[in-house]
Amino acid sequence: MATETVELTVNGAAHRVAAGGDTPLLYVLRGPLGLAGPRFGCGLGACGACLVLVDGRAVTSCDTPLWSVAGAAVTTVEGLGGDDGPHPLQRAFLDEQAAQCGYCTSGLLVRAAALLAENPAPGEDDVVAALDANLCRCGVQRRVVRAVLRAAGER
Amino acid sequence: MTAEPPPALAANPRLADWVGVAADGTVTVRVGKVELGQGILTALAQIAADELDVSLERLRMAPAGTDAGPDEGFTAGSMSVAMSGAALRQACAEVRAAFVAAAARELGVAPEDVTVVDGVCAGGPGRVTYGDLAARVDLDRDAAGDAAPKPAGRLRLVGTDVPRLDLPDKVAGVPRFIHDLRLPGQLHGRVVRPPGATLVDVDPDTVEVRAVVRDGGFLGVVADDEHAADTAARRLAESARWKREETLPDEDDLPGYLRAGPTDDTVVDESGRADPAGVVRTLAATFNKPYLAHASMAPSCAVARWDGGTATVWTHSQGVHPLRRAIASVLGLDAGAVTVHHVEGAGCYGHNGADDAALDAVLLARAVPGRPVMLRWSRADELAWAPFGSAMSIDVAAGVDASGSVVTWSYELWSQGFASRPGFAGNPGLLAARQLERPVGPVPAVDPSMPQGGSTRNSIPGYAFGHRSVRAHRLLRTPIRTSSMRSLGAYGNVFAIESFLDELAAAAGRDPLEYRLAHLTDPRGRAVLEAAADLAGPPPREEAVGHGIGYARYKGSGAYCAVVAEVEAVREVRVRRLAIAVDVGRVVNPDGVRNQIEGGAVQATSWTVKERVRFDRERVTSTDWESYPILRFSETPRVDVRIIDRPEEPSAGSGEAVHGPAAAAIGNAVADAIGVRVRDLPITREQVARAIDR
Repeated sequence: MATETVELTVNGAAHRVAAGGDTPLLYVLRGPLGLAGPRFGCGLGACGACLVLVDGRAVTSCDTPLWSVAGAAVTTVEGLGGDDGPHPLQRAFLDEQAAQCGYCTSGLLVRAAALLAENPAPGEDDVVAALDANLCRCGVQRRVVRAVLRAAGER
Repeated sequence: MTAEPPPALAANPRLADWVGVAADGTVTVRVGKVELGQGILTALAQIAADELDVSLERLRMAPAGTDAGPDEGFTAGSMSVAMSGAALRQACAEVRAAFVAAAARELGVAPEDVTVVDGVCAGGPGRVTYGDLAARVDLDRDAAGDAAPKPAGRLRLVGTDVPRLDLPDKVAGVPRFIHDLRLPGQLHGRVVRPPGATLVDVDPDTVEVRAVVRDGGFLGVVADDEHAADTAARRLAESARWKREETLPDEDDLPGYLRAGPTDDTVVDESGRADPAGVVRTLAATFNKPYLAHASMAPSCAVARWDGGTATVWTHSQGVHPLRRAIASVLGLDAGAVTVHHVEGAGCYGHNGADDAALDAVLLARAVPGRPVMLRWSRADELAWAPFGSAMSIDVAAGVDASGSVVTWSYELWSQGFASRPGFAGNPGLLAARQLERPVGPVPAVDPSMPQGGSTRNSIPGYAFGHRSVRAHRLLRTPIRTSSMRSLGAYGNVFAIESFLDELAAAAGRDPLEYRLAHLTDPRGRAVLEAAADLAGPPPREEAVGHGIGYARYKGSGAYCAVVAEVEAVREVRVRRLAIAVDVGRVVNPDGVRNQIEGGAVQATSWTVKERVRFDRERVTSTDWESYPILRFSETPRVDVRIIDRPEEPSAGSGEAVHGPAAAAIGNAVADAIGVRVRDLPITREQVARAIDR
């Protein structure tokens, strides 16, 4: 596919990216934009390691073509926090030590951030349901659920 | 001091290999063990900081590499805290003593009058820091056994919940994984390796990239960016001619396949005395487990650079030194021409594709000298080409007396080997090596000998039975690549032994816990069984819900672990809760142990109720998350862990202790819930139905 120039906002900064329009958003974020938070897991949108927020919605960036996010606001795990420091979820993940290898962690944080934006006071079942499309192989699911509930409680 | 040095220190006696102190007071600790997501570098940092009397902030844990630091082989077998920890403790005690001696000379006091707080030595009115003394303390000497590590009572950090040192980066998205490495001029590579297919012919001009690399059946591309590499690899795969052959066994008759041989046969144990006249009844059963995939969240990855006949490699391998030797042997180089650096990967549960990816990267990098090439596998590569944990088939029989207690025990297992890591059995053990024009290998996986064992790990029950016979048969010819996966044979063996124990208890009309305790003399084993039962509480009084227990001491010499599972078996087998008691001796980091046990229990639940590598006669067909499903959040049980701390006992690893007991507890809970004994893993709805039909 021919190179095209796409404008998008990533973590609050405007970018013009020249790439093939079918380039997965993930490769643009990890390549020219130099971000490491969104991660390649499967390339099929089936594990959640590559999740980012696109206009507030959690989207798997590995199977999202660049052309489809023209003009959109993209937030990666690097952009979840604000001027006052890390996102409450990031603090809660550390408080609960809710990771082992940490490879799935950014995707979980992004999905959980989308949940809390929509439902600031989720119950345990809501958290489990929201995270059900994210995979974790090390087995920290229960810690992650605790961390999300803790972050919700502290907001 | 006349005590023998810890083995890892005897093998790497030079103190400077373990510890370095900079003029600014920063202490760099190098270990030969690597972070696999298990938190080992945090635990080892606690040990080092305590012995050196420095804060964790002053300490830097350097990643392993072949250019510096000790060679500790592989990070495997739940041995790191025990082996590396013991060596590091002794090395750091000697380093501290050397600094204290230098401080004493500097301050004009006796060494015993020097106190150290965070690298600041005080004696009399004076103070001097490790940094001040660094240039004068010679660590380029061998450990001499001339200083003793601190007793348990004087440790500050060991035994406490120190938060993981690597997690702040990981929740912030700071580059840390090998996939995040970006070296100047770096290119991207892919290997073209459709499952089950052998390359016959390809036209490299189909794609416009930096390089197409072909060597025999090895085919790969190097491109400027990831998308170009993906696209070119796909096009090459489509345009190449591939040979497919029916080499794989019937996936529905793995027991028949494993038993058909040829096999290497071992008598693992033949011991004890029993009066056969005491046997009033004999029971027997057969248990089976399928092939399992590592299924790590990240596909394997490596970066390599080729410069004038030398290779520099960045890898998430479990053993940088063995990998270096293996790469050198495949390429006909001196080991000195290959440098290997460890960079963290995603969770590693054994011998996965990391080493293979490293050789792949080097083969690609040779086509673009001077340019680093990042090679990443696809999800399908990862699920189809990384080694599997072997399938197993197990016959067990017991002769019992009038009370139902075991008088004679007979156990026979069939399996592939569990060890084909680089360097094992004289084989480089690297996937691409066997695809080259001049192939090297493959050699079928071997098994470490007992007491570690491979397929035989935990095949000897820890119970007091009258007479015991344990035999093992390792398949010698097979196209299915197997190697180490968390707990090796212990998962299948403990599932079989502990399931069968419940069958024996049931046949005798005895309680499963009481039955185990009646056969178990080891007080630490009894303690975890009783603690798990206590933690679990009384069994639920609900339709189709049951409790089951499982127990083992890992490897017969490591951590003790007992699990009580609560399972609901209505439409699907659903594990609701696991109550676990564990004894790892002296606990370095309680939350670290808890996290390992929780995670291991969840992973074992996934293996036990969901997982099975699928294949037809030509190829592995479970190549994505739909065809190789793993446990989801909604299926994850609640896990409660009780740690029995024994500060005076040596530390044992916690990473693999729970897998076997959890599997058995789940199987036993299913039997308790619905009265159906499922002996074939995974315990899915289909297997329950088959067990009912039988």
